[in-house]
Amino acid sequence: MESYFKSKWLPYLLLSPTLIILAFFLFYPAFETFLLSFYKVAPYGNRKIFAGLFNFKQMFSDKDYIYSFTLSLIFSVTVVLAGLTVSLLIALLLNQKIKGARVYRSLLIWPYALSPAVSGAIFRFLFNPANGYMGYFTKVLFNIEPKWLTNGNLAFVVVIVAATWKNLGYNIIFYLAGLQNVQKEALESAAIDGAGAVRRFRAITFPLLSPTTFFLLVMNIIYSYFASFGLIDVLTEGGPANATNILIYRLYRDFFVNSRVGYAAAESFILFVLVVGITILQFKTTGKKVYYQ
Amino acid sequence: MAAKKRKEIIYTILILFSILVVSMPVILSIIISTQTPVQVYSSPPRLTPSNHFANYPAAWKSVALGRMMINSTIVAAAVTAGKIIMGLLAAFAFTHFEFRGKNFLFFVVLVTLLLPIPVRIVALFAITSSFHWIDTFWGLIVPFLASATATFLLIQRFKMVPSELLDAAKVDGCSPMRYLFQILLPLSKNTIGALIVIQFIYIWNQYLWPLMATNSKEMRVVQIGVKMLINAEAMNNWGVIMAGVVITMLPPLLVFFIMQESFMKGFALASEK
Repeated sequence: MESYFKSKWLPYLLLSPTLIILAFFLFYPAFETFLLSFYKVAPYGNRKIFAGLFNFKQMFSDKDYIYSFTLSLIFSVTVVLAGLTVSLLIALLLNQKIKGARVYRSLLIWPYALSPAVSGAIFRFLFNPANGYMGYFTKVLFNIEPKWLTNGNLAFVVVIVAATWKNLGYNIIFYLAGLQNVQKEALESAAIDGAGAVRRFRAITFPLLSPTTFFLLVMNIIYSYFASFGLIDVLTEGGPANATNILIYRLYRDFFVNSRVGYAAAESFILFVLVVGITILQFKTTGKKVYYQ
Repeated sequence: MAAKKRKEIIYTILILFSILVVSMPVILSIIISTQTPVQVYSSPPRLTPSNHFANYPAAWKSVALGRMMINSTIVAAAVTAGKIIMGLLAAFAFTHFEFRGKNFLFFVVLVTLLLPIPVRIVALFAITSSFHWIDTFWGLIVPFLASATATFLLIQRFKMVPSELLDAAKVDGCSPMRYLFQILLPLSKNTIGALIVIQFIYIWNQYLWPLMATNSKEMRVVQIGVKMLINAEAMNNWGVIMAGVVITMLPPLLVFFIMQESFMKGFALASEK
């Protein structure tokens, strides 16, 4: 588009509401949080003393923090891989020419509207030790009664399943949108040339979906690191005994429950570094192979 | 032809199976919400709905769910409207004007994607407190008003509008704001529809910030209500808890289904007319 309206001041006026909000509630707090991470701050007070890298040193020598760090990593990798694989398969199914595809599509993407807290509550019921359905079915089917939410490892598995399930709708929507860009003609001529379904997927569909996959990778990593807070708070509260205490939950407790302001700010900063790092890394690795039309 | 038919049947069966798996947790929560405590605790578990609808008023009263539903609706509606209006103005500025610092300001908006709440939470809480906005609607609404998502989706849409329209409008002496509201806005219906769905659901489902930014019963939102309900019902009256869960998920589902058509079109899932 080459033609513009002419005005010296109007564009700034139009942008000012957005920029004011961003300045006050995004940039300033982010910067201030970064600064606070170098201070020791007295709980409930304004007294703060510059402490250099004290908070960071303390954090990385804390076994519990390292544990949460590892836990978050495993959680994120599992949720992202499982979530993207399942949703891509479902999206491919929905993209086939079949009767009623529109209705099926709605029936598969509506869980997008559900919240992490709702998902947490439902899974807490399904896996609860007293009368959870899962306990009953594993007993009938395999004659075992796993202590789903009281055993640390199992609770972690339940959290992963719940988080993956919760995000399926979102991922399916974006994969369906991505599949719209895959030309039917290319697939059909490849089929005529004798390329099997798997080969067609690997040679044509998957490369064309790479921008979508790239976008979803970033969004899902961010989701698993941050948005799963409500799920954890309702489902396990980080327990049993820290088994599901991922970084975001630890940050909340250190800041809001234990009032360790400087320390929490340092934790926040590490999360920021992770987000930026992931984004850059993805850009450098996947980004190169991403095929844009 | 027969092979094609068989393929279609297999696909349909696989899809129906996926639908069952994906919806199962919600279907079960609805079934449980209609059962009496005795039915909920029966073994083998009863997988059919009952008629104990008293769970719903019980959940409503147990934790003042009504008040929380109103709060969540106000917050989600206000933020959704605010984000879309600000997004319209910002996207219009970026696409229809030339000005100094345009690229830099665009970068400024882009960078906010890297600043989710948790990376600024400590100071965000401090600045909200200093405005005396803790436990008020201001604190729940204002920090969320600007949005990179809305700005970018609308920029994409505006760029697809043929420039001949703008030229014709300028010849007719149409003012910029009139062009935005009378030409661009109606053309962006589906993008706005998609944004309403995305933002309403996003804000309705927020958890961490409302948990910290409110503390009185009167200001809590429904997501926190879910947790309060589990505690209030001593983690065992699951019929009542699931009734509460069903109530809290209705408004975003309603928005989703009402706006579905333009949501799909805004996402290019259905062809735009």
